[in-house]
Amino acid sequence: MNGIHDTGGAHGYGPVYREPNEPVFRYDWEKTVMSLFPALFANGNFNVDEFRHSIERMGPAHYLEGTYYEHWLHVFENLLVEKGVLTATEVATGKAASGKTATPVLTPAIVDGLLSTGASAAREEGARARFAVGDKVRVLNKNPVGHTRMPRYTRGKVGTVVIDHGVFVTPDTAAHGKGEHPQHVYTVSFTSVELWGQDASSPKDTIRVDLWDDYLEPA
Amino acid sequence: MGQSHTHDHHHDGYQAPPEDIALRVKALESLLIEKGLVDPAAMDLVVQTYEHKVGPRNGAKVVAKAWVDPAYKARLLADGTAGIAELGFSGVQGEDTVILENTPAVHNVFVCTLCSCYPWPTLGLPPAWYKAAPYRSRMVSDPRGVLAEFGLVIPANKEIRVWDTTAELRYMVLPERPAGTEAYSEEQLAELVTRDSMIGTGLPTQPTPSH
Repeated sequence: MNGIHDTGGAHGYGPVYREPNEPVFRYDWEKTVMSLFPALFANGNFNVDEFRHSIERMGPAHYLEGTYYEHWLHVFENLLVEKGVLTATEVATGKAASGKTATPVLTPAIVDGLLSTGASAAREEGARARFAVGDKVRVLNKNPVGHTRMPRYTRGKVGTVVIDHGVFVTPDTAAHGKGEHPQHVYTVSFTSVELWGQDASSPKDTIRVDLWDDYLEPA
Repeated sequence: MGQSHTHDHHHDGYQAPPEDIALRVKALESLLIEKGLVDPAAMDLVVQTYEHKVGPRNGAKVVAKAWVDPAYKARLLADGTAGIAELGFSGVQGEDTVILENTPAVHNVFVCTLCSCYPWPTLGLPPAWYKAAPYRSRMVSDPRGVLAEFGLVIPANKEIRVWDTTAELRYMVLPERPAGTEAYSEEQLAELVTRDSMIGTGLPTQPTPSH
C-alpha cells in the first residue's frame, strides 16, 4: 500500500537527531512491548508480514507522531482483535471475557533457543528464478492496496540484478492469509541518477534494493 | 484508548509518549497473561537478553576476527550468517545475514525505508535515529548529505552503496581496518569497532599514537 511508512525519498523530516549514550529502552513500558513480540509470535498469533501491515494501516498522523514501540503497541491492540485472539472489549477493559484460553508457548526454558534460532523466511524450494545476476530489470509500476515491500521510489525504474539471494516467503500474500508463495529475492542496483534524476546529489552512488521476482520485468 | 494524547514536541526531535501509554501497556500485558497467551518470566528474559547480551560488541568481535584472520574473512563474506554463527551469534533478525565489505573504492551503508529492519544478533536493537523518518527518508536520496550529518565525509571518487533492507536479508558492514593497527591484538581491534562503523554511518575509532 502507498502508506506513510514508505519513506524513501521524502523531504521535510529534518536532520537526523542522535542522542549520546542512548539507552536500549527509554521507558519501562517499551520493555514490555518489545518482549510481547517474541512471546505472541511464538504462540502463532501473527506472522511478521501481518505485523508490518498492521503498522502500515495506522492513521498517517498517528504513525508519524508515535514512537517505534507505540507502533508495536498499535499492532497488539488491533491485529489481535482482527485475528480474533482478543475482543475489542477485552482490550478496552484489560479484562479477559472468558478467563484462560491458551497456554504460553514462550516459557523461560525456551527463550534462549528461540532467540538464537529465529524464524528464517528463506525456503528450500519455490518458483523458478526468472532473472540472473547481470540482468537489467524494471520494477513494475504497481500500486497494490495491500501489503507490499516494493518501495514507491523504485517503481518503473531500471536496475541491474547484483545478487540472487535464493527463495523467500512472499510478503504480499503472507500478510493476507494467502500463503507463502516462495520465490527468488534479488538485490537490484540502481544508479542514483536513475532514481532521482540528473540533479541527484551523488551521481557516482548506487542504491541497492531487495526485490521479489514478481516485482520485476525484463528491461 | 489513547484519547488523551498529550505529546510534548521537544526541540531535540523526540516526542514524549502519551501519558497514558504505560497504563495501556500494563492493561494489555495483564489481559494477555490472564488469557494464558504470554509468560511474564519469559518476557523478562527476552528484555535481559537485549539489554545485556546482544549488542554491537558482538558485531565488533566479528569484524576484529575478519581483520586478523583472512580465512575467516573469506568464509564470512561467502556466508555471513554462518560466519557470524562461528562466534556464537545467531537468531532473530539475523537469520539470513549478508556482510558488506568496505574497500578503498566502496563505502557501504544500510537503511530500511519501509520499517526498521536491522541485524539484531550482531548490533542489538536499533537506535532511535535508525527508526526515525529523517534517516529513513533521505539516506536513499541524499546519502552524502546524511553521512555529513554524522560527521562522515566520503571522498568524491569513492562509490557509496546504499542498501535498502526491504526483504528478510539483514546487512552488516565490514569496515576497513584502520591504518597503524598492525601491532594490535584481536581484542584491541574489537575496541576500535563502533556500532555506526558497522551500519556505515561512521568509521572505526582511529588508533591513538601512544597505543
